[in-house]
Amino acid sequence: MLVAPALVGLAFLVLPLVGLLVRAPWSTLGTRLGEPQVLEALRLSLVSATLATGLCLLLGVPLAWLLARVPFPGARLVRALVTVPLVLPPVVGGVALLLVLGRKGLVGGWLDAAFGITLPFTTAGVVLAETFVAMPFLVISVEGALRAADLRYEEAAATLGATRWTAFRRVTLPLVAPGVAAGAILCWARALGEFGATITFAGNFPGRTQTMPLAVYLALETDPQAAIVLSLVLLAVSVAVLAALRDRWVNAT
Amino acid sequence: MSHQMAGRSPGGPGGPGVRAVRARLPRRASAAAALSLLLAAGCGDTGDGGSGGSGSGSGGTLTVFAAASLTESFTALGKSFESSHAGVKVRFNFGGSSTLAQQIAQGAPADVFAAASPATMKPVSDGGDAAGPPRVFARNRLVIAVPKDDPGKVKAVSDLSRPGLKVVLCAERVPCGAAAETALAAAGVKVAPASREQDVKAVLTKVRLGEADAGLVYRSDARSASPQVKGIEFAESAKAVNDYPITVLKKAPKAALAGEFVKLVLSPQGRTALTGAGFETP
Repeated sequence: MLVAPALVGLAFLVLPLVGLLVRAPWSTLGTRLGEPQVLEALRLSLVSATLATGLCLLLGVPLAWLLARVPFPGARLVRALVTVPLVLPPVVGGVALLLVLGRKGLVGGWLDAAFGITLPFTTAGVVLAETFVAMPFLVISVEGALRAADLRYEEAAATLGATRWTAFRRVTLPLVAPGVAAGAILCWARALGEFGATITFAGNFPGRTQTMPLAVYLALETDPQAAIVLSLVLLAVSVAVLAALRDRWVNAT
Repeated sequence: MSHQMAGRSPGGPGGPGVRAVRARLPRRASAAAALSLLLAAGCGDTGDGGSGGSGSGSGGTLTVFAAASLTESFTALGKSFESSHAGVKVRFNFGGSSTLAQQIAQGAPADVFAAASPATMKPVSDGGDAAGPPRVFARNRLVIAVPKDDPGKVKAVSDLSRPGLKVVLCAERVPCGAAAETALAAAGVKVAPASREQDVKAVLTKVRLGEADAGLVYRSDARSASPQVKGIEFAESAKAVNDYPITVLKKAPKAALAGEFVKLVLSPQGRTALTGAGFETP
């Protein structure tokens, strides 16, 4: 009863990947991979996804802590708002970022006037776009872990004289480390694949804002073979990293 | 999904997670039933399209794949086509011409293809997907698009090389990008663009929002975004005039209707719609 749809589901998820492998131009793969534009896009993707994950950890873990541990009026609304980027089409996210952080934006206009900083068309813009779409994954994941963690350890630490910050750093954080790691991995994977918000907010320029997904899309316009090669690289990198990190971090407990 | 994973890890594998899954089983089964219904409906739909194929039937849906720059003029022509053909719906798929050509090559069910350049039409006609030789129905030339307050003080094409000016162009590989390269080369102007956008509408958006000081777009695009965007004509754009070819597709599910739509585009009425949108007509 359940096996048949399960197999259909599996096939549906796996077949497109098989299609990529079947249609890949294996004979010219080596030379295509060596092209500077491919390496440039790959480097930019890895760097910006990692920076975005760092930014998500820096801002997202405290946010998750706030949602899980500090009761305040409107917490439900805040939680809903935090998850909005999950359901928002990334292109809309990109437009929203432009309206706020663009040169004419609410905050961006001030940044430009006061410091001469403009974010669109820069690598920083790519990182921000990726952070915007990826942070909810981290917040939800860490908040879930915090709620599942036993409060009594923190209370014990408090009775022994630990401050809130010490208890968080020495007790809570190690306790929820697997949740944080899982969230960070999801976050990184989402950032790596980010397309819509990036191309809308940061534009597309090789070496500066052209990440792998953008390179795939642009290559598809003229050279589908190149797009397949780029997709394979992205697929291989993400599968390798996800497999390695999940074994090491998530199942460690 | 992320929530479950995080929640489960402290409790060890297969703890609360498994119980939650068991409790949800009946719901999953009904979701599967819904999915199979959906699939069945999908199949029925394509079956219908196929049977209405050979085409002089009165009703049905005509599918037109057209370059993004044709959005305004073709939408208007589609409305008029619908009102003169009772029961007929015209459905448009606007996008980058090369993407559309790709989709057609991969078997997308389209009746008419209108491309922004002969180069993007070529793979379709060479691949045997066109029902006849494509016909040129419009020409478009580039203008410099600037936001209406013109923050970069752009007056002529030579201003585009000024350092610090944020100029946005189409990617070299899409027709508007290739035309921009040709026109800029003809003008002898070297531009370091801030971004190479995926299509002409993306360039227009960046200008319209004031993120870019200037961009090269087709005259029809600049006109569609007026008055937030000003179009500045420049003589060298004559070196990069784009021909727009149109054709009925060989595997058109609605071949007869497709032919009539192409006739409408080439008619005086079509020409009026196109020139009104900023195109030149042959």
